[in-house]
Amino acid sequence: MSNIKLTIDGKTLEVVKGTTILAAAQMADIKIPTLCFLKDRSAIGSCRVCVVEVEGMEYPLPACKTVARDGMVVTTSSERLTTYRRIALDLIVSNLSEEAWKVDEASSAADTNNNQLQTLCQEYGIETASFKTAAPPKPKYDSNPFLSFDPNLCIRCQRCVGACNSAARNHTLRTGKKGTRTTISAPFGKNWKSTECESCGNCAQACPTGAIKAKVKLNYQPGEVQTTRTTCPFCGVGCQIDLKTKDGKLVDVEGANGPANKGLLCVKGRYGSYNFVDSNDRIRTPLIKNKQTGEFEVASWDEALTLVTSRLSDIKKQHGGDSIAAFACSRSTNEDVYLFQKMARTVFETNNVDNCARV
Amino acid sequence: MTNSIDDVTQESDLIMLVGSNPEEAHPVIGMQIRAAVERGCKLIVVDPRDIGLTAYADIRIKLKPGTNVAYANGIMHVLIKEGLIDKDYIADRTQGIDELAKIVEDCTPARTAAICDIDERDLIAAAKLYAAAPRAAIVYCLGVTEHSTGTDGVMSLSNIAMATGNLGKRGGGVNPLRGQNNVQGACDMGAGPDDFPGYQKVANPKVLAKFEQAWGTKLSAVKGIKATECFPAMTEGKIKALFMFGEDPVRTDPDTHHVIEALKSLEFFAVVDLFMTETAKYADVILPGRSFAEKEGTFSNTERRVQRVRKAVDIEGDTLPDSEIFIEIMNRMGYKQPALTPAEVMGEIASLTPSYGGVSHARLDSEELDGRGLQWPCPDANHPGTPVLHMNGFTKGKGEFAVPVYQPSAELPDAEYPLVLSTGRVLSQYNAQAMTGRVSGLNEIEGSSFIEINSKDAANLGIEDGECVSVSSRRGSIKSVARVSEKTKPGQTWMPFHFQDGNSNWLTIAALDSIAKAPEFKVCAIKVEKLV
Repeated sequence: MSNIKLTIDGKTLEVVKGTTILAAAQMADIKIPTLCFLKDRSAIGSCRVCVVEVEGMEYPLPACKTVARDGMVVTTSSERLTTYRRIALDLIVSNLSEEAWKVDEASSAADTNNNQLQTLCQEYGIETASFKTAAPPKPKYDSNPFLSFDPNLCIRCQRCVGACNSAARNHTLRTGKKGTRTTISAPFGKNWKSTECESCGNCAQACPTGAIKAKVKLNYQPGEVQTTRTTCPFCGVGCQIDLKTKDGKLVDVEGANGPANKGLLCVKGRYGSYNFVDSNDRIRTPLIKNKQTGEFEVASWDEALTLVTSRLSDIKKQHGGDSIAAFACSRSTNEDVYLFQKMARTVFETNNVDNCARV
Repeated sequence: MTNSIDDVTQESDLIMLVGSNPEEAHPVIGMQIRAAVERGCKLIVVDPRDIGLTAYADIRIKLKPGTNVAYANGIMHVLIKEGLIDKDYIADRTQGIDELAKIVEDCTPARTAAICDIDERDLIAAAKLYAAAPRAAIVYCLGVTEHSTGTDGVMSLSNIAMATGNLGKRGGGVNPLRGQNNVQGACDMGAGPDDFPGYQKVANPKVLAKFEQAWGTKLSAVKGIKATECFPAMTEGKIKALFMFGEDPVRTDPDTHHVIEALKSLEFFAVVDLFMTETAKYADVILPGRSFAEKEGTFSNTERRVQRVRKAVDIEGDTLPDSEIFIEIMNRMGYKQPALTPAEVMGEIASLTPSYGGVSHARLDSEELDGRGLQWPCPDANHPGTPVLHMNGFTKGKGEFAVPVYQPSAELPDAEYPLVLSTGRVLSQYNAQAMTGRVSGLNEIEGSSFIEINSKDAANLGIEDGECVSVSSRRGSIKSVARVSEKTKPGQTWMPFHFQDGNSNWLTIAALDSIAKAPEFKVCAIKVEKLV
């Protein structure tokens, strides 16, 4: 494949032929604002927020859809571009309920976690909608236990459509038409159970306004959370996830771009991987069964470990190590399992060690 | 997996999916298989039950449960007879094709079709489609292994891949989808009676000596027994104590009565777990464990990729890291085990396990790897890992064809128990629900026991969709709800094993594969009756 050269903001870059201006800029760490674009999911070029100036062209062009050409000279920020972007955003928000884009500390209706529209409006100083149209409020689709869709917050950028069709390939979230207007048809209404929707929530992760919202996560502002990259605890796919914690509590999970999952998650990984961690019924102390009552009673670690080691030592002494069996956990880490089998072989003195690989 | 998820879903020209429902059990692989089909990859679905991907399949083989070996041998017969095998590859890299050819000579399409209850034209078409693909991957799951002939099932599939030169090739391979986040790692780490870490055999005196020297203690050379064999040994009094780390066999193992009887006969039973599971209730001592979000370490996924697990939170309570519990027990029982961080434990693993020799937390966290993990074998710190196994030959020299012969399942339907039951997973739940059962939305999607039954059987029994039924086998009886459809064939039923309000494992049989000792979850005989 041949390479081409272009200049962005005075920086000369060499990229593979076919690369878009946006992709070229990102490789060089040059930031171009985007809204409807989502890598590997959607690039419909409708929002006009990513416009850039190209020498020799009369009007700005969308960076996400324009393929770089040899010798191109691109400018990504100028007064003219700011005006273009402001008008583009102003037109987008004019069709929307204010909660979709206005920063309002009191309102938590719009999901502020990942609201890129809100961030852009703040950045470009959009405070009022200049072209306000009076549209009657549309009903929400809110029956799926994990996902809801509020058309009043939707900018029809189709990132969700890309997530469902180009990435998760579930093909249940689609565009529709109402007259000449594009609408989003999300399967979260009353008949959600009879649809093919897998409730994977990849659409919600893609949504830049909170129109499609994951219902179970707790509200937080982006600055208040810490992110920990880890591996999902369910099946053997090994999806990479970002656990979000606020004040030491888990509040959310996002699919990370891991080699096995490429940003995707399933319904279990997204909604079942963190809620159980601090569940009220977690066992939080050692417990010893009272032989008389049959009930478990709280014990200290020393009492519990003394009981374990003395009973196992007695049984080993009387009947030999092979009267003991040790089952490891295929849910636990390699490091834990390694130490577990080492414990079984060195101090229980048996090779009766296994894990639940067979069941 | 011999190959990688990317490799199978992006490079293969054909995927033969056998006894695997990835859209529900491995959903993110399911998504990528759908993408593969949409880019033009052919798909053969071999499953007794209609799964979501059946609708995507070029060829559907809805075979009788328990007949995988017959099916694979039938495919092999067609490949040989039609001259579709890769003679150069077989000559260069394998041995034993003549013995295999003799075994499968009788496995004609007509005989195979009769055993598997399929159309012989589908069998021939599947063999030809598989052989015609430049890169053909076999993907399988517990529908192959959870049989009393599971090992033969795996070997008979491997024969197909090897005879067509699809082993040691990008986009090919024989690819089991592992069910649990770290079941690959648990096996890699030596949590099996026959193997030290890295599948180094306990029975090999040199290996034993190596670990005795490394650990500085005498080790037992006595052959251990597998978990599924331990339950009868407990009942017989041979196993008197059990130390269990995070499993729930009362819910997940076959024939619940025999599991409970075994646990009750123990003299001492200690459990490490997060929750008061059905199994933990039988314990003498319960030690609180820590979840994945509370610890550092690594998991190894189904494609042998070692990836980091990182601590995000602490929870309130008097808990200890699991590794510290084991270290403390070792010291109290007289073995001087120094305290080690998880990163240091990985250092010890790497020093003793050739396939993990180049794995370290520092490397996994490095910018160079950029979160991509390392696929073993990764023998040294400069090795990039191995996305596809057997690329430059087999570890043992020449690849040996196995000679599996079809054997019927251990328990077949009869007049008293006329239906066959297979068990499996649904999308929104995971195993014994220890994690997913605590999320109300997941239970709202699918939260209680049901049994899928064919509409003809249902009509004969006077059962309508959604009605309560009693389901019984020789081992037990439960209540469930009938789902009447054509998903299973007449005579066959299917149940998820997640739900305690009607757990299928009261019914399943503890018949074990002779080698792997996996139970036959996919075939037992039952009867279904309408509850009045």
